[in-house]
Amino acid sequence: MTDTIIEHADHSLEVGTPLVEMEGVGKTYGAIRALEGVNLTVNAGEVTCVLGDNGAGKSTLIKIISGLHPHTEGTVKVDGAEVHFGSPRESLDQGIATVYQDLAVVGLMEVWRNFFLGSEIRKGRWPGAPLDIAAMREIADSELKKMGIFVKDINQPIGTLSGGQRQCVAIARAVYFGARVLILDEPTAALGVKQSGVVLKYTAAARDAGLGVVFITHNPHHAYMVGDHFIILKLGRRVLDKKRSEVSLEQLTAEMAGGQELAELAHELKR
Amino acid sequence: MSSPVATPPSPPSTPSTGAEPVRVQRSLGARILSRPEVGSLAAAIAIFVFFFAIAPPFRTAEAFSTILYSASTIGIVALGVALLMIGGEFDLSSGVQVTTAALASSMISYQFSLNAWVGAVASLVIALAIGFLNGWLLIKTKLPSFLITLSTFFMLQGINLGVTKLLTGAVATQNISDLDGFDSAKAIFAADVDLGFVNVKISVFWWILFTLVATWILLRTRTGNWIFAVGGNQDSARAVGVPVAKVKIGLFMGVAFCAWFLGQHLLFNFSTVQAGLGVGNELIYIVAAVVGGALLTGGYGSAIGAAIGAFIFGMTTQGIVYAGWDPNWFKTFLGVMLLLAVLLNLYVKNSASRRK
Repeated sequence: MTDTIIEHADHSLEVGTPLVEMEGVGKTYGAIRALEGVNLTVNAGEVTCVLGDNGAGKSTLIKIISGLHPHTEGTVKVDGAEVHFGSPRESLDQGIATVYQDLAVVGLMEVWRNFFLGSEIRKGRWPGAPLDIAAMREIADSELKKMGIFVKDINQPIGTLSGGQRQCVAIARAVYFGARVLILDEPTAALGVKQSGVVLKYTAAARDAGLGVVFITHNPHHAYMVGDHFIILKLGRRVLDKKRSEVSLEQLTAEMAGGQELAELAHELKR
Repeated sequence: MSSPVATPPSPPSTPSTGAEPVRVQRSLGARILSRPEVGSLAAAIAIFVFFFAIAPPFRTAEAFSTILYSASTIGIVALGVALLMIGGEFDLSSGVQVTTAALASSMISYQFSLNAWVGAVASLVIALAIGFLNGWLLIKTKLPSFLITLSTFFMLQGINLGVTKLLTGAVATQNISDLDGFDSAKAIFAADVDLGFVNVKISVFWWILFTLVATWILLRTRTGNWIFAVGGNQDSARAVGVPVAKVKIGLFMGVAFCAWFLGQHLLFNFSTVQAGLGVGNELIYIVAAVVGGALLTGGYGSAIGAAIGAFIFGMTTQGIVYAGWDPNWFKTFLGVMLLLAVLLNLYVKNSASRRK
């Protein structure tokens, strides 16, 4: 798996160069303001952790980077050039791959079809060119094996896999196609301790291969293990933005839990 | 090359469980049974055997040719409808689109005294525009396709009758068999093909050809992959870069193309078209697709299945006549088949999404 990351990583990446820069980015859905004035920089070879409670705007933030929803305020730059993604395709074409919280798989389709959905291998470039099914099956199979996922049959519908297995397929797919930036939306939420460990190892491996990683989570422990930079969102606003050297796990945990609010709650519940 | 990995010294390439579980290749039988068209194939064989046993006229080659012809007139449009349903949408206007295409072709070439082919091509443009409009409205409004195409259905039904009456003063078009190009168009759309022992309408061959092409598109091309994906989970498909809008609009245009083709067949077969035709057929196309294994919720189905569904219809409409029964029973049969097919599909979907 780490081999895959290194193989597919864009070799021109230099650690520290900003890949994605967001400045004053906001998003309104009609009258609802989901995100406001967020600055975020994704540097090559660094993991940027975005933390926050439910409804803090984490998912909105990554939907902007991955092209699912265009931003309504501020600027987003990729490699220094301003972009306004109209569709996820445009984001993918810039080497930005995302593992969505809902995994973005089609339950009734085979595992290998899901793996290559939207980026199919074809035997030619003309519109009706046939798919290279054998190659896709083989690659999907070997990529999953590298990740330690053994599906009974690569041709079985992905809906028949367990939640954790589906998660791993989604991650394997993003790692395979994401050459520059990897966005992980709550990748450890549905996983057990062991599988979470595997995911964190890949996150670190992607960072070491020079990719810019955005790691979204509400688990400060997981974040602190891999993160270089931490951003906490609350109700669509940024409440903390610190480098690893400037913040400890305790501070992060306290801030995540609401700091002052938590102290008050502890006091209230004192027995 | 895993040297730059700083954090864990051991690359996570070994499964967490240790030993590699044995790969299970599902047996051929299990794989065949999981195909969408299996249920309809079993039903088709049972119905064939049934009519073969009880209706002696059913056993002739001529009868079989009639059945195939009857099936082809349903199957060509049912094919487009099946693809659209796999893509997760409905088209209630498909039945009247057939009539619109036939009327447009007939009236354009007759009123302007043009070559019949000019009318046919102009009608194709009109048909594709209607299909595009259906798809475009669906994407822009995000309304259910049921409502959009129900509106188109009523509009076209009105236009078919209104315009025909305005131009001809009657509810049918004039006979166009004297126009230039009529004979060559008839040869393409409505010829009788002599196989030596029996005559078969050319529409049967077109139907089979279209079914094969559609099957190939569905299972072997990127477009097919995208059709299954937009029907199975539209949001996921979009998230991984599938152009959902283009696929859906394309599917509506596919239905329009099939409707146009059948419309041309009817026109060049009978030389004249009744403006009120086609109403109610949209449901028959949908039933044929569903009997053939297409899920009403999208993401699952097959082109061959739709063809078998249409064949079941052809067998039954003709079989009831050959058996000497009251043809009114046909609708009862329709209802029973639909119910059985939906139950079977429900079972298939549940077992496909269950963990194994």
